[in-house]
Amino acid sequence: MGMTMTQKILAAHAGLEKVEAGQLIKCKLDMVLGNDVTTPVAINEFEKAGFTKVFDNTKISMVMDHFTPNKDIKSAAHTLQCRTFAGQYDIKHYYDVGDMGIEHALLPEKGIVASGECIIGADSHTCTYGALGAFSTGVGSTDMCAGMATGEAWFKVPSAIKFNLTGKLNEYVMGKDVILHIIGMIGVDGALYKSMEFMGEGLASLSMDDRLSMANMAIEAGAKNGIFAVDDITREYQKGRVDREYNVYEADEDAVYEAVYDIDLSQIKPTVSFPHLPENTKTPDNWGEVAIQQVVIGSCTNGRLEDMEMAAKILEGKHIANGVRCIVIPATQQVYLECCKRGYMETFINAGCAVSTPTCGPCLGGHMGILAKGERAVATTNRNFVGRMGHPESEVYLASPAVAAASAVTGKISQPSEIM
Amino acid sequence: MKVCGKVHKYGDNVDTDVIIPARYLNTADHKELAAHCMEDIDTEFVKNVKDGDIMVAEQNFGCGSSREHAPISIKASGISCVIASTFARIFYRNAINIGLPIMECDEAAKDIDKGDEVEIDFDTGVITNKTKGHTYQAQPFPEFIKEIINAGGLLNSLK
Repeated sequence: MGMTMTQKILAAHAGLEKVEAGQLIKCKLDMVLGNDVTTPVAINEFEKAGFTKVFDNTKISMVMDHFTPNKDIKSAAHTLQCRTFAGQYDIKHYYDVGDMGIEHALLPEKGIVASGECIIGADSHTCTYGALGAFSTGVGSTDMCAGMATGEAWFKVPSAIKFNLTGKLNEYVMGKDVILHIIGMIGVDGALYKSMEFMGEGLASLSMDDRLSMANMAIEAGAKNGIFAVDDITREYQKGRVDREYNVYEADEDAVYEAVYDIDLSQIKPTVSFPHLPENTKTPDNWGEVAIQQVVIGSCTNGRLEDMEMAAKILEGKHIANGVRCIVIPATQQVYLECCKRGYMETFINAGCAVSTPTCGPCLGGHMGILAKGERAVATTNRNFVGRMGHPESEVYLASPAVAAASAVTGKISQPSEIM
Repeated sequence: MKVCGKVHKYGDNVDTDVIIPARYLNTADHKELAAHCMEDIDTEFVKNVKDGDIMVAEQNFGCGSSREHAPISIKASGISCVIASTFARIFYRNAINIGLPIMECDEAAKDIDKGDEVEIDFDTGVITNKTKGHTYQAQPFPEFIKEIINAGGLLNSLK
């Protein structure tokens, strides 16, 4: 019986020839990540447990992205605590206001994570790096603490679901639409405890930004991780970013999958998740007339350069609708700078958008765009749970940057073809 | 070891954003977090919860964000155990790591109602619904996880 990509990476990091689904193993970690919300809890535990050193100061990342630039005094105390700890232990990958970005956009961009590596992060969207062919999963602060101290974590080896991709996406359809479609198909616990493994000839038409947004939302199907087969697009992306040797793991021919889904990318339509679960997906025929008051384009799911490019293409020469606030948040300083150079910034501002420095901000109802009672937002973010972006009686509709930008122009949930 | 208490009952897909909304994540103080536990779906929870009470929910409990503040807020509110049909995996890990007892038992999760008095025997995994006179058998934990639980959480188990 062969192994999946995930199982091979886990076996290699556990020092084992072979692992199988259900087995409990201990793995060596290549990177341990935390943010300004989860790291303070990990630091408290680290100090309470009496640890006095970290396993490797080059394999820990701390990214101040959730409530930054500090939204209030308590948040300021949290980033101060992280900054102090990072200074004390000489943490190499500490990123603060001015050089930080949203963690899951920043780490791949800087080459801090790479193919074949084993990564944990005290943030559920750590599964994003599976786009590079890494095993990467979200954990809590106590696991982060243990990881910082020992460089190890325990895992139950997951079984897998295979997604065999064929065909090519249509114009204005993005990786986000594909992953929303899949979550709608299998449900928010459809991949519970399992890995989602993406492969097939259709990969060739998916850019790295598409893949990153898809792997990012594996957690929204309950998955332990999402992972993509490594190809030339992955290798090209890592050129000039990853300055170390990395390993590529391919699934065995006889790897076992609990289910196999064939997805023809050419059949994917613009897809929106209606409140209050990511699995409540609808395509344009069923959207109806949904008036909106806010649009958010950004987040660890869709704040990368291609997302900005798509939004700019749709907003160029247009203006957002009366009564709509459109907030654009490039995910990293590099993306922000590139938006300036390419003229996207001018397009956004002329269209009436507010553009923010990188932050997770509104995605989790932190700051920078909180909804009032009864308000509705179309957002390129990842969760539409009750109260996620503000008042418990507000609503979030999850969409791609293309649908979000088109909706900003019309003031209701719309597909790009309505205005292009 | 046994615990016994009144039940607070919820449905499927209780996410960590409703267990503890992100607007309160600017603190790591356990008591402050407990003061807002469940408030977006049950404004009565914090007023009614008593030490030793039990939380029961159905599928995919604790889905969403990895915030450890969620099991912390439940534990600090006085809940002695969470029973669910299934748990989302990060929540499952976090609960074990911080020493919040959890039990996976679909039969109990479906049969138990709000307000029932329930007793849980952690050694045998037997759940007794004293109000209804029913008993249920929870899934046993693997040995490796029992060791973490018996040590009082992940960090103690590393020592």
